Amino acid sequence: MGNILIIAEEREGTLRKVSYELVTVANEIAKGLGGAVEAFVIGNNVGACAEALAKTGVAKVYCADSPALAHFAPEVFAATLADAIRKAAPSVVLMPATGLGKELGAQVAAKLDWGVVTDCITFQVEGGALIFKRPVYAGKAMATIKAKTLPVIASFRPNIFPPAPAESAAAPIEKVEVAAITPRAQVIEKVKKEAVDVDLAEAKVVVSGGRGAKDANGFVQIREIAKMLGAAVGASRAAVDAGWIDYSTQVGQTGKTVAPQLYIALGISGAIQHLAGMSSSKVIVAVNKDPDAPIFQAADYGIVADMFEVMPVLKEELKKVLAEK
Amino acid sequence: MNLVVLIKRVPDTETRIQIKDGKVVTDGIAWIISPYDEYGIEEALRINEKQGGGKVTLLCLGPEEAKETIRKGLALGADDAVHVNDPALLGGDASATAKVLAAALKKMQYDLVLAGKQAVDEDNAQVAVRVAELLDLPCVNSVIKLEFSDDKKSARCLREVDGDRDEAETSLPAIITAQQGLNEPRYPSLKGIMGAKKKPITDWKAADLGLDPASLAPKLETLRFDPPPARPPGKKLPGDAATATKELVRLLREEAKVI
Ligand SMILES: Cc1cc2nc3c(=O)[nH]c(=O)nc-3n(C[C@H](O)[C@H](O)[C@H](O)COP(=O)(O)OP(=O)(O)OC[C@H]3O[C@@H](n4cnc5c(N)ncnc54)[C@H](O)[C@@H]3O)c2cc1C
Ligand SMILES: Nc1ncnc2c1ncn2[C@@H]1O[C@H](COP(=O)(O)O)[C@@H](O)[C@H]1O
Repeated sequence: MGNILIIAEEREGTLRKVSYELVTVANEIAKGLGGAVEAFVIGNNVGACAEALAKTGVAKVYCADSPALAHFAPEVFAATLADAIRKAAPSVVLMPATGLGKELGAQVAAKLDWGVVTDCITFQVEGGALIFKRPVYAGKAMATIKAKTLPVIASFRPNIFPPAPAESAAAPIEKVEVAAITPRAQVIEKVKKEAVDVDLAEAKVVVSGGRGAKDANGFVQIREIAKMLGAAVGASRAAVDAGWIDYSTQVGQTGKTVAPQLYIALGISGAIQHLAGMSSSKVIVAVNKDPDAPIFQAADYGIVADMFEVMPVLKEELKKVLAEK
Repeated sequence: MNLVVLIKRVPDTETRIQIKDGKVVTDGIAWIISPYDEYGIEEALRINEKQGGGKVTLLCLGPEEAKETIRKGLALGADDAVHVNDPALLGGDASATAKVLAAALKKMQYDLVLAGKQAVDEDNAQVAVRVAELLDLPCVNSVIKLEFSDDKKSARCLREVDGDRDEAETSLPAIITAQQGLNEPRYPSLKGIMGAKKKPITDWKAADLGLDPASLAPKLETLRFDPPPARPPGKKLPGDAATATKELVRLLREEAKVI
């Protein structure tokens, strides 16, 4: 049996939380399949990330660290990763189900002629075979998928497994050469974004607004509430289409799929495409002035009221409660 | 420019997915072009409308019924289509689908291939990236803005990935996948719908692509589908807005323990 290799993801020199979550998944899979858990990190100035990973109890960390990796170039990243995988010869590769993780996973899998199970939320080892569950149709159904052959790549959604603590004795770190390739496609510049929000995919709390927010001003209050909760701001397609907020915040079948601990929907009717993207949230709150709005069927707690009457009280109450801690 | 757009036939996003005996019930489903692929078609049409000349060709792997979906794309303005229409090639996983589409593209001429970021049925987000790799083409994923250099040898793309925006550059030919925001797809005109009936759709089988179906053995097997776990019934909080909101905050802290 080969090892289990996790592909960590970093952002600006810090490991994303999902990387630690993958260690937990890998440890669990190793219990059923055998093999050691190893980790791989790729980027520019990722030495500290490699050191952090080395303390999560993994057996070894592979690290590709080079200024050549400062900007994303799919061909260079994928070739470097594929080389490392060939050398490590794992039977399972785990990746984060982020945009980047999914892209790299597909590309590396094509190089190696492997299968990829995208967006897994659970797994099971059965008679030496790996079986995964993943949402399809943006969460309107769940698929159970078996890897007919190993090795396989599986990407796991953030926020589902607890992160592994980084408190073990440090494992060895092995340097990995960056593939010597002149990329034909590459990122040349990161565009500065408004210094707002928590990333939707990893947020523990999401506060979303819909057409009920009335205009861009309505989102000012939504942002304030989100900020108090350390939450990401989301939106319905109606709000996005109206231009009140950037489309990267759209939640739903053609937007982001989110599964936070708490999802607060303000002035959103609950169209099937919206529900698809958020109905696996742990707790759902809906505020809508129409008692028959379909969103109430998905909501754990519903308030039938004008959101503009609710939001100021919500801010006041949150201020009190959050100060208590 | 000669542009190929990869389109997949998927259930309308309005569809409630029904499951029976572990399978998705397809009776009565309305089918559409996957929404991200529509952004691809729209972009291709705009490129040639702006530059003049060139051809937009749709490429779809799907059952006979996908003809209807392909016609919808032709009605939007695409010039012609290739339908890989062979039961022996259907039902594969993303790896197999990508091999089939790559084999078809090998027989076609293009300056750029457009695809969707993901198909909204299985949400794999794999096929287009895999096709690029199989054809050794550069790929820019999740694009929301696309511009060409004057000599049309390269393109500048704005990508939106994981909440970040990146400016990327690629040489051509390349594969580009569309993310929401790239454009606002048009609706078909009556003239477009009428005209679509006369536009050529070429059917290809495994043999036309020189493909041995045995080489397409899937690496994954879908054992079953299930409905998502049911949510326990929720409660509406009584009282006026202020009373209900206060109660909500209390419940979120004390009962749900999420704040
Ligand atoms: C192909 C396709 C893909 C789509 N993908 C998505 C997607 O990914 N995500 C998505 O969200 N949608 C998507 N949609 C659109 C979806 O069908 C709905 O149109 C959209 O979700 C509606 O947004 P909404 O709930 O904000 O607006 P509406 O449906 O107009 O609802 C507004 C709600 O706000 C309430 N309201 C109004 N004023 C107030 C107030 N002052 N206080 C409290 N409540 C108030 C109203 O009672 C109403 O229920 C898609 C549609 C298509 C065709
Ligand atoms: N059967 C198919 N025929 C044509 N294009 C496809 C097919 N399947 C996937 N694609 C393309 O690949 C993209 C990503 O699909 P997927 O990997 O299935 O999420 C889609 O948006 C399409 O552009």
